[in-house]
Amino acid sequence: MSVARDDGKFCQPTGAGNRIAFRRQNSPSELWVWAEQRRGRLLPVSLELLGKARELAPALGAVPAAVLLGQGVEEAAGELFAHGAEKVYLVDHPLLRLYQSDAYADLLARLAGERGPEVILLGATTLGRELAARVAARLGTGLTAHCVDLYVNEEGRLVQVVPGLGRGTLWEYVCLRNPQMATVKPGVFPVPKGDPGRRGELVRVPCDVREESLRARTLEMAEEEPAGVSLEAAEVVVAGGWGLHAAGGFEPVRELARLLGAAVGGTRPAVDRGWIPEELMIGQSGKTVSPRLFVSLGASGAMHFTTGFLGSGVIFAVDQNPGAPIFEVADVGIVGDLRAVLPLLIEELRKRGIHPPPPN
Amino acid sequence: MEIVVCVRRVRDGAEPGRSAIGPLERHALEEALRLKERFGGRVTALTMGSPPAGRALEEALAAGADRAVFLCDARFAGADTLATARTLYYGIRRLGPCDLVLCGNESATGATGQVGPQLAEFLGVPCVTHVRRLEAPAPDRLLAERALEHGHMKVEVRLPALVAVVKGINTPRLPTVWGIMAAAEKGITVWNAEDLGLDPHLVGLEGSPTRLVRERKTEFARRKEIFSGPPEEAVKKAVARLKELGVL
Repeated sequence: MSVARDDGKFCQPTGAGNRIAFRRQNSPSELWVWAEQRRGRLLPVSLELLGKARELAPALGAVPAAVLLGQGVEEAAGELFAHGAEKVYLVDHPLLRLYQSDAYADLLARLAGERGPEVILLGATTLGRELAARVAARLGTGLTAHCVDLYVNEEGRLVQVVPGLGRGTLWEYVCLRNPQMATVKPGVFPVPKGDPGRRGELVRVPCDVREESLRARTLEMAEEEPAGVSLEAAEVVVAGGWGLHAAGGFEPVRELARLLGAAVGGTRPAVDRGWIPEELMIGQSGKTVSPRLFVSLGASGAMHFTTGFLGSGVIFAVDQNPGAPIFEVADVGIVGDLRAVLPLLIEELRKRGIHPPPPN
Repeated sequence: MEIVVCVRRVRDGAEPGRSAIGPLERHALEEALRLKERFGGRVTALTMGSPPAGRALEEALAAGADRAVFLCDARFAGADTLATARTLYYGIRRLGPCDLVLCGNESATGATGQVGPQLAEFLGVPCVTHVRRLEAPAPDRLLAERALEHGHMKVEVRLPALVAVVKGINTPRLPTVWGIMAAAEKGITVWNAEDLGLDPHLVGLEGSPTRLVRERKTEFARRKEIFSGPPEEAVKKAVARLKELGVL
């Protein structure tokens, strides 16, 4: 079969990272945030990052700035100024209405190559992680994913804190090159209080992207409202892990959730077993939740999971292994055979007259 | 269609009979085999790692991959995602022209999801990540449904390209006895840095722009009131305590 094989694109000996020479400017350096928008609305994580950027900027000797790509999104620039951006690079073009991976990566990498920001932060969203990786490779710089904290060390480098393997472990990374790039989990930093009176410098960046240059073309975007109680907004979350296989599966989680009017979530192994869809995964590469009550059933408490709910009010855990790390992050816990404990727990809550709240 | 699938070994042993290939990479391999069945061509499984990682390749061959290539060199150790992507790129370059690279959206351990898009940049091809549905209206064009947090995007991509898949895109086949027997005959090609013509300074820890500078433990200021013993009592005490804390 003859398939676009001889265009040489695939096997050119040009490594990424050689294409864009990174240049540092004499003007004050900048700390960039990619302002991610969907249909003109900024995602909260972009504002969360601006709040953090403002906090980090003095130690880096840098100015917080945002990069906004889209069509007819100028209004969002005002919101970015209000939340801490001193400068907004705006690229407004009809072809940028939806996220177009080729054009977005080209523009962000080219702009970074020209302006030489010290740091680039992106939300660790499905689009942000892809864009960050492409831009970092093109600039030949390092990138960390799913950061849960950021700070500046004595050498003035950005320390990127990510959950490690093993109980309660955090790993701190620095990037040896500039720009220092990281994606940050949505929900770990608060949205700063906006000041609508704040203004900044709006830099309009011309855009010469052509439709033919899009090798991957986003044709449409469909947004779906999550069914049932949304994980992020729920007052109570019940989550299950791999240990539930000993109790015959995931049903006890659903039953307890119904009883408590809670949202259902789970660990990576629970997703891998097909008990819950990917979008209900809690943890490092899943959702971050901070409900009033978090209930964990049959999860040992790997750091990749616990990272997703450490901000909860009260954490209640049930597992059969007394040495499981989940008990180190729990307020209340039960150690015991899940087959015995879970039916008793459900029974006890019923008996005590705990019922789901009436539907609205 | 010439297809390369990047597979990664997972730490096995937690569950007897568990696959040595990472869960998402199994979906990538299945997708590759289906495209080959439809359009003809060849599927090559590629991995980078230390010797035990070869197990993932044996399994890929048993499932139906035609070739297996193992990038194995002590100097590859300690690679971050950029150095990993660079090494995989040199492996694919040595293999010759190809139309499609398939990989899992993220590994089961690091879960960064970065290697796929970074590899696409080295290759100079477009990429689509988080793909939960893939159609091939023509052998030089794919139509992908890419998942968002709440929703999806439809993306059309011209080949050559890289596609990173998520769970649910397909049901991976199980290796058959015939497959396992055939795998033994196919054999695994092993390449080190010299075989790839790759400057050892650009791989492994030395070729990685990110550095792990500190590991620390977090202290959790939690109550840690853990009840054990007879389940009836433990449950009663725990529920009573949760009530006192005002969350039930």
